[in-house]
Amino acid sequence: MTDVLMPRLSDTMTEGSIGQWLKSENDEVRRGDVLAEIETDKAVMDLESYSDGVLQKILVPPGQVVPIGEPIAVIADAGADDGSPAAPSATAAAAAPAAPATAAAPTPAAPTLAASGAVPASGGSAGAAPEAVRLKASPVVRSLARTHDIDLSTVTGTGPGGRIIRVDVDRLIADSAASTKITEPVGTAGPVPAGPAATAGAVPVAAAQVGAVGDDDEQLPLSNIRRITARRLTEAFAVPQFYLTTLVDAGPLTDFRAQINAGLGADGVKISVTDLLIRACAVTLRAHPEVNSSFGEDSIIRHHRVHVGVAVALPDGLIVPVVRDPDRKSVSQISTEAKDLATRARDGRLKPDEFAGGTFTISNLGMFGIDNFTAVLNPPEAAILAVGATTEQTAVADGEIVVRKVMKLTLTVDHRVLDGATGATFLADLTSLLQNPLRIVV
Amino acid sequence: MAEITYRQALHDALREEMTLDPSVILLGEEIGIFEGSYKITAGLLAEFGPERVRDTPIAEEGFVGAAVGAAMLGMRPVVEIMTINFSLLAIDQIVNHAAKIYGMFGGQTAVPMVIRTPGGGGQQLAATHSQNLEVWYAHVPGLKVVAPATPRDAKAMLTAAIRDDDPVIVLENLALYNTKGEVPDGEQVATIGRAQVIKPGTDITVVGYSRSAVIALDVAARFESEGVSVEVVDLASLRPLDRETICRSVSKTGRAVVLEDDWLTYGIGAEVAASIAEGAFDYLDAPVRRVAAAEIPLPYAKSLERIALPDADVLVRVINEVLDATRFTRGESR
Repeated sequence: MTDVLMPRLSDTMTEGSIGQWLKSENDEVRRGDVLAEIETDKAVMDLESYSDGVLQKILVPPGQVVPIGEPIAVIADAGADDGSPAAPSATAAAAAPAAPATAAAPTPAAPTLAASGAVPASGGSAGAAPEAVRLKASPVVRSLARTHDIDLSTVTGTGPGGRIIRVDVDRLIADSAASTKITEPVGTAGPVPAGPAATAGAVPVAAAQVGAVGDDDEQLPLSNIRRITARRLTEAFAVPQFYLTTLVDAGPLTDFRAQINAGLGADGVKISVTDLLIRACAVTLRAHPEVNSSFGEDSIIRHHRVHVGVAVALPDGLIVPVVRDPDRKSVSQISTEAKDLATRARDGRLKPDEFAGGTFTISNLGMFGIDNFTAVLNPPEAAILAVGATTEQTAVADGEIVVRKVMKLTLTVDHRVLDGATGATFLADLTSLLQNPLRIVV
Repeated sequence: MAEITYRQALHDALREEMTLDPSVILLGEEIGIFEGSYKITAGLLAEFGPERVRDTPIAEEGFVGAAVGAAMLGMRPVVEIMTINFSLLAIDQIVNHAAKIYGMFGGQTAVPMVIRTPGGGGQQLAATHSQNLEVWYAHVPGLKVVAPATPRDAKAMLTAAIRDDDPVIVLENLALYNTKGEVPDGEQVATIGRAQVIKPGTDITVVGYSRSAVIALDVAARFESEGVSVEVVDLASLRPLDRETICRSVSKTGRAVVLEDDWLTYGIGAEVAASIAEGAFDYLDAPVRRVAAAEIPLPYAKSLERIALPDADVLVRVINEVLDATRFTRGESR
């Protein structure tokens, strides 16, 4: 008998629900058969069987949300008696731990010999099966998580070896304490003291961050994707960032796009401004590896491949599917891929690796008529480009007033990775490329 | 309140107890005519006479055994063993007799004796004369082991030890004899078995005893100016061990480092760290760290001796490592 467990299908996934079961109880299943559709925080994924046998029992009905690792079904071995407990295997003798190779020899840094008990962090369980990585958290974090009902699998550890340490959860606790304070008065009989003196300290700050629910308000539970979006953006906002805005003469780009699309004819793919931007950004990033980087806490990670994400709005959140290696692809190839990714993003059918691993992001709100905006960083990427609408503007050229097409670009930059001048050079080169669009494709 | 040395404080405690109680007698090598290798017993032979201040042969097992017998018959002997290294010659008398008699003979007689003995290295006395063997005795039920860090505690703890009805080892330290500190006038009697917070703090607990408590106090002052509030717990008593005070402190700070003069393996720090794991586990944000002597017979050469012994610099480094492992922000106070 094999338990089928709720799988972890993405880094951010902590729980999932069954979209639908594609096999029924007592169906014979073979390794690789799709058992069910799993809805995660961002996508719907197929769950394949890892073993041959009979789907003996479905434990979780469609729609029910369960944490990862929870049994959702049982597959009986083909031909095995039902219900027989797994035979004890001959592993008892192996229970004694192997002697550590180094007897915890302290290795203090020179020039001292005095022992400091610095046992090299173990955890290097060599040869261990690639099971789910055990979550590392300090004892105080575990006890706080119990008290404050924090799911530690959603917390990023910043201690040694990724250990979750107290500072990583203090913020969450403060936030939840603040929201508790705000929501407490709702539905309680006691009057809330009104005097300003009564609300000293953290509460007014929290009040600005977390809304209170009044009689005329409706409280909508956060969807998974809304929750993740909120958390990621809050994290991103804590990054020291600056903004660089430039005006692109969009005339040549508009003409160029019209020319391409006319050439493609009626049945060809229509190239969008975003498609050209993806390719333009990729080419410019290739020339500016310092921008094609991420912040890695104690280092800067320079990416040798360029993967450009494009923000796609969903009804209840935001997702950023990633076009891989657009610097090595034609604009029409990029266009086909980007359209496919966007369509499947809206249907919730992206695979986790299709919205992960970007090195740069483009957010285009031009189609909504937005002239100019700033985008919030998409960590750990070093920069994100906000693209406004192409509009007509008067300009003076050779002493005459002319009307020309312009587009505003705003680059948001992680100041921990890049400085102003580096960001500005990148943006200037991108602008120049967009104003000479033939260079985008050659 | 007078400022006196640790040495003087021990001397004063002996003299005051001998004055108060005629059953208090002193035994040891060279404590009479020579007035003690470290001059703790200076003047006492002249004042109290050879009946109460006995120079003994160089025979630790013999004179410790004599003290056990005297204690069983109602005296309160205070034995000086020149250094803790020589106590090994008397270990059968200490462990198998002094520690056991009260329990094994149904409480017919207590053994109200004191063994005063200094430990510690750093004096270029080489491997056999520089050890910190306190944990050997702190391991044994039936004994009490105190380890004063300051002149004030030296006097109050030796006084308490003499008045205690059980055998008490008073661990002195060669490096502390000349240190000075204020000692209150009048009778002060310590409570054996109680640790003390000698400097309150909020960010990290450093546990020490004897010389290491003094170092910890100095390091705490350095960190204070950097915006790190270090709480220093002086164990003061190694047996009984006051786990409650240790755990209360760590429950507050969430971080702990033990500074011990003995070797790391099976040392005082191991016991403290285990006690923290048992009593304050849910409050820890990082593993308990220990700073101890290098696991080698202590070298004679000054340069090697210095780096083999735990000192303030190593303690500072390890404290910083613990703070970094918990991403502590300096100047932050919680």
